[in-house]
Amino acid sequence: MCLAVPLRLVSVNGTDAVGEVGGIQREVSIMMTPDVKVGDYVIVHAGFAIQVLDQKEAEENLELLRQIGEAAEQKQEAVRSRRRPDSGHDPD
Amino acid sequence: MRVEQRRSTSKPDEGLLERVLLAKVNGFVAELCKTRKTINLMEVCGTHTMAISGFGIRRAVDPRLRLLSGPGCPVCVTAQGEIDAAIDIARAEIGYSHGFPRRRAVAVPPVVVTFGDMMRVPGTQTSLEQEKAKGADVRVVYSALDALRLAEDTPDRQFVFLGVGFETTAPTVAATVLAAQESGVRNFSVLPMFKTIPPALDAIASSDRVNVDGFILPGHVATIIGTRPYELLRDKYHLPSCVVGFEALDVLQGILMLLKQMQTGPQVEIQYKRSVRPEGNEKAREVMDTVFRPCNATWRGIGAIAGSGLEFRREFAEFDARKRFRIAKRRTPNAERRTACRCGDVMLGVIVPPECKLFAKTCTPESPVGPCMVSTEGACAAYFKYDRN
Repeated sequence: MCLAVPLRLVSVNGTDAVGEVGGIQREVSIMMTPDVKVGDYVIVHAGFAIQVLDQKEAEENLELLRQIGEAAEQKQEAVRSRRRPDSGHDPD
Repeated sequence: MRVEQRRSTSKPDEGLLERVLLAKVNGFVAELCKTRKTINLMEVCGTHTMAISGFGIRRAVDPRLRLLSGPGCPVCVTAQGEIDAAIDIARAEIGYSHGFPRRRAVAVPPVVVTFGDMMRVPGTQTSLEQEKAKGADVRVVYSALDALRLAEDTPDRQFVFLGVGFETTAPTVAATVLAAQESGVRNFSVLPMFKTIPPALDAIASSDRVNVDGFILPGHVATIIGTRPYELLRDKYHLPSCVVGFEALDVLQGILMLLKQMQTGPQVEIQYKRSVRPEGNEKAREVMDTVFRPCNATWRGIGAIAGSGLEFRREFAEFDARKRFRIAKRRTPNAERRTACRCGDVMLGVIVPPECKLFAKTCTPESPVGPCMVSTEGACAAYFKYDRN
């Protein structure tokens, strides 16, 4: 029930705004996020923006996760090369 | 690998990050379980219930890590007496208080307006859906503002919005009440049934029956209230907690953060930083606090929890449907029909849904006995759909 979705604001008029996601537009009240502007992503619950999405935090977290993924990939690769002493040659 | 790609944020290396995080989670579980049998982490949000089941996380993790669904679905914890009150209004089995047009209102029953989740939840006798089938005027909306618009469009009828939800939803209803006040709408009121999360977590953490090692905190409730109200989990109960988002990666990363806390010491962390600030949304809280104040509340299947509800402040009493329609006192407290349903134990994490003897036998989504099977976000419905063996 506390489901909320990120929408990108395409117009702002006082406390009323229009948000868009996947080509669908919907009216959004921004009375609880007064400092938003067109182009911001807001988290919308039951017709109200309840927070501005922090893109920097989102990107930083994704980057952190990517690093974890890359580290794991490198580890796997290292294990594979140890199993194959002639690592220059791929038996497959 | 069973973590399913319902919605992925991890392109282009789709699935890789989930697999890596899952392996890390299971590594931590194996390490921690050298000195213990199980690890019980509880989420308290219906959206988490559905994400954990829907992404296949519950089945993918080491079975010694038990992911429990607490009382995180507002529909599931709405007391039967509260549903009965809504049904009384829809049936016009109500009195009218002074200042409202007695004759006209009796002749035309009020319109009950609600979020769709509430329609099928049974009260002690019947549900709103059944009453609608019999002719009651019950309408479903997406936002409380939609209910206000309906009232504005039909000024000669009373519209009652069912105020159900947690701290995420309460500010949106409060904002709607402020809008109604500003535009002088006299035929709109709210039947408040709100619940608040921190007092419930306090009750769960202090219960002898419940064995929880850490809390996956609801991301959108924390978007409003921030992290301070959760500090009691660390300070009073020494329990790890983490505010978590709703994608598969969010949930796995959040679980990992909790498992790390079990080794290094409890904190109140935020995984879902793109939405949650430590201070929450002060403006939303201001709106909520202007209209509502804390009160005691009864949670279905759990019982009374002090200070866990919201009621109208005196200045806004005219918008209180309970007062406007003089809802009988008997409808307020603990009217509850006894069945073998164990939704209460499910919501406390004492049992998981398949341990209830009604589960998937007499209680199914088509013919639900308890609220956790009725609501699409209920723990039993999630297990029925995704985690039935």
